[in-house]
Amino acid sequence: MINVIHIIGFIFISIGLAFDVFGCLGLLRLPDVYNRLQAATKCITLGTCSILFGMLLIVGFTAAGIKAILCIIFLLLTSPVAAHALARAAHKSGVKLCESSVIDKYEEDGN
Amino acid sequence: MKSRMILFVLAFVVWALLNWIPDWQHLVVGVFVAALVAYLTGDMFVQRPHLFKHVERYLWFLYYIPIFIWEMLKANIDVAYRVAHPSLPIKPGIVKVKTSLKSDTGLTFLANSITLTPGTLSVDIDREKGYIYVHWIDVKDKDVKGATERIAYRFERILTRIFE
Repeated sequence: MINVIHIIGFIFISIGLAFDVFGCLGLLRLPDVYNRLQAATKCITLGTCSILFGMLLIVGFTAAGIKAILCIIFLLLTSPVAAHALARAAHKSGVKLCESSVIDKYEEDGN
Repeated sequence: MKSRMILFVLAFVVWALLNWIPDWQHLVVGVFVAALVAYLTGDMFVQRPHLFKHVERYLWFLYYIPIFIWEMLKANIDVAYRVAHPSLPIKPGIVKVKTSLKSDTGLTFLANSITLTPGTLSVDIDREKGYIYVHWIDVKDKDVKGATERIAYRFERILTRIFE
């Protein structure tokens, strides 16, 4: 039984690592700051949460496992806020959207 | 005062979890730390403490969690697909989304949910007019109404029941 839980934990860690890799790939390939933030926020939040959850399955509800749960909650609450603040700050300081963008309502409304 | 009590309990629980397995020395220190935190920042934490008594809000919140996790998974697969695709199929832009939520917590949760769901990132909130500016990696609808239906509606209908 313990072995099965360990294997599931390792599967979660592998999935998390894969998503983290895609997040980094997005950071390199996408054209402007907003698109990069999208890849960074989404993939890295879920990737890291998945790694922490896998760790929780492996170590169980010990001191480290409980801290993993807390980290998941705080990561889910704070990482989108950080992305929001970065995107807003970038737009306010005049970073333009990339060439292929089709619309910018925020610019049109005079912000 | 009620807001301080709620923050005290939350801070104490977080402290106890951080010091797992709790023994009485840690818990005594935790009471003092939680009291200090509650005293310093308690009045900013909750504006409407009476909402904490409504049981159905917690049930809606439980209903919201699986939907949120499912959307987040879809978001990740979507981003992974776009990033790994050789021709990088993106069509980015910033659109406007109308929201009827008014409370701080509700707006925060809506903006966070938008950020973590497929292809969208909230950039700014205009509280007076009730608009959220959303960066969309694959713009399907430039219109305010259409964008609202595609991006915000599925969360808003639940979040209204939790936070308003």
